Amino acid sequence: MNADGSDPWVPQPWRVRDLRRDTSDVFSMQMAPLEGVAPPFKPGQFNMLYQFGQGEVAISISGHAPDGGILHTVRAVGAVTRVLEQIAPGTVLGVRGPFGNGWPVEELRGHDVVIVAGGLGLAPLRPLIEWLALHRADYGRVDIIYGARKPADLLYPTDIARWQRDCNIRMRVTVDNASPGWPGEIGAVTHLVPSIDLDPAKTLAVVCGPEVMMRFTVLALQQEGMEQSAIYLSMERHMQCAVGYCGHCFYGPHFICRDGPVFRFDRLHGGLIVPEL
Amino acid sequence: MASNGPKLLPAAQLDALFDALQRRGYAVVGPRLRDGAIVYDELKSMADLPIGWHDRQGPGRYRVEAGGDRALFGYTVGPQSWKKYLFPPHETLWRGQRGENGFAIEPPPPPPRRAFIGVRACELQAIAVQDRVFTGGAAVDSRYAARRKEIFTVAVNCGVAGATCFCVSMNSGPRASRGFDLALTELLDAQRHDLLVEAGSDAGAEVLAELDAPSAAQADHSQADALVAATAASMGRQLDTTEIRALLYGNAESPRWKAVAERCVSCGNCTSVCPTCFCSDVQDVTSLDGSTTERERTWASCFTQSFTHMAGGSARVSTSSRYRHWLTHKLAGWIDQFGTSGCVGCGRCITWCPPGIDLTEEIAALRADAEKP
Repeated sequence: MNADGSDPWVPQPWRVRDLRRDTSDVFSMQMAPLEGVAPPFKPGQFNMLYQFGQGEVAISISGHAPDGGILHTVRAVGAVTRVLEQIAPGTVLGVRGPFGNGWPVEELRGHDVVIVAGGLGLAPLRPLIEWLALHRADYGRVDIIYGARKPADLLYPTDIARWQRDCNIRMRVTVDNASPGWPGEIGAVTHLVPSIDLDPAKTLAVVCGPEVMMRFTVLALQQEGMEQSAIYLSMERHMQCAVGYCGHCFYGPHFICRDGPVFRFDRLHGGLIVPEL
Repeated sequence: MASNGPKLLPAAQLDALFDALQRRGYAVVGPRLRDGAIVYDELKSMADLPIGWHDRQGPGRYRVEAGGDRALFGYTVGPQSWKKYLFPPHETLWRGQRGENGFAIEPPPPPPRRAFIGVRACELQAIAVQDRVFTGGAAVDSRYAARRKEIFTVAVNCGVAGATCFCVSMNSGPRASRGFDLALTELLDAQRHDLLVEAGSDAGAEVLAELDAPSAAQADHSQADALVAATAASMGRQLDTTEIRALLYGNAESPRWKAVAERCVSCGNCTSVCPTCFCSDVQDVTSLDGSTTERERTWASCFTQSFTHMAGGSARVSTSSRYRHWLTHKLAGWIDQFGTSGCVGCGRCITWCPPGIDLTEEIAALRADAEKP
């Protein structure tokens, strides 16, 4: 049983209200419970989404959606997500969650915040960015570095424009492979870290992306004088139960699902250095 | 006069205990001989026990042999553990039916009442460890909790240690000290064959009171104590757990992991026979017409490549990383996660490892390497 008496294994029925394609292999679903509104979530938490008869996947929560719903941004890459990509609005999916600890919004308060996102890593960061935008006065400078493989893979273009225009958030966007006319940066996100000119005394950083990207981003942030204890990242592992029974997401002594997915870097076992942990 | 104090039951009258349990609606399960091994299965009466059978174990080796005596519990632990009842290798978490509003879910039927007979001290500890895993956190596994509630536990203090046993090192045996309803000590010599029966719970005391047997005498207790002490003194293995977390976390890149991987066949036998390994796969089994589905949970092993499969591939590809993960988690990670070692010293992983990899030997080797100047 969960703390509220419900069974953590039993999915609740939610209806997909809208499904739209973000990039060639990424799509976003707005969805809400058949009854009531979505339970509250913390930025950085995730849900288990279930397509009847197909299976279940762990998907981070990407934000609120109108009328008590939430937004999930998904890459169609596995058996279940490829099926989800094809469903019609109105389909009922099962949802378990929210799970995990989420981003440290309280710890970030009063600090400058550097956000580094790689690829789909922006999806679990979006609710954090929206939180910062909503409580903008509680936080210092907010800088976002966002990298994608190519311009067509960039997520949330209207949000990105709004964050920069209306929310006093500075944003640098970079791609690995540019197309003609690309006005932004080219190369890895790590190359843009020095350009922020961050003040290590009052900055906290949050990082989400592929593990290798996070590892080198941490190094780049440390080069700017940041302590390991000032850096948070969100880890990914295979997840099935989401509540710490199934074991697939072990990372050293951590259950990524239950103890994470967000870890302060100095508390993350092994420091992303030992391979195959 | 009925008494709740320890009693002395002639071994030949163990059926009185079976009767008392069966009257209460328990299906009695315990050790029996099958396919050349002592396994756990339903028992109708004491005649189903492997009477007179003994086992010989070693790394990668298990044999049963008739000992020419009438011992009821003259063996140690076999390939199975009580895990198979409390956390079955295969279970249905729920059934789903496609319907108007997407789907409807119904829970599985309630679990049966079972009396475990012949639970060793290391196995009591294993059950206590799995209790923490499944019911000690914020999210309680309702299926495990429901099954656990229906169990009556008859422990047996070990009168013999196997060659792969090291419960003394793990502080889990050979005497059952807690977590049982009744505990038996088999007193068998040329003059006698009795069972010293002690209660460890109110439910156990109630059953004990029903047994028509005399109170145990001081001499019986002394004989039982001496027997268990002799077992403790004859452990086949030992494991030095001093600073074991630091040893394992600090030596994640020891060459020893590659060396053991040259022998490890990544079969997952150790995780299957381990009484505390709790990892599982959850998948939906759907009817051909797609109208019904069953969510099945099956044991999983961290020794498989698919165990850590993600969109970007498996997190642990090499055998050395999988063995390292299993052993580090078992002996160190568990302490961080659940406040207890994941190892109870039963030795099954040594006995049932096809190449006979011995975790006590691996830890000793890691320690020796780490202490080299």
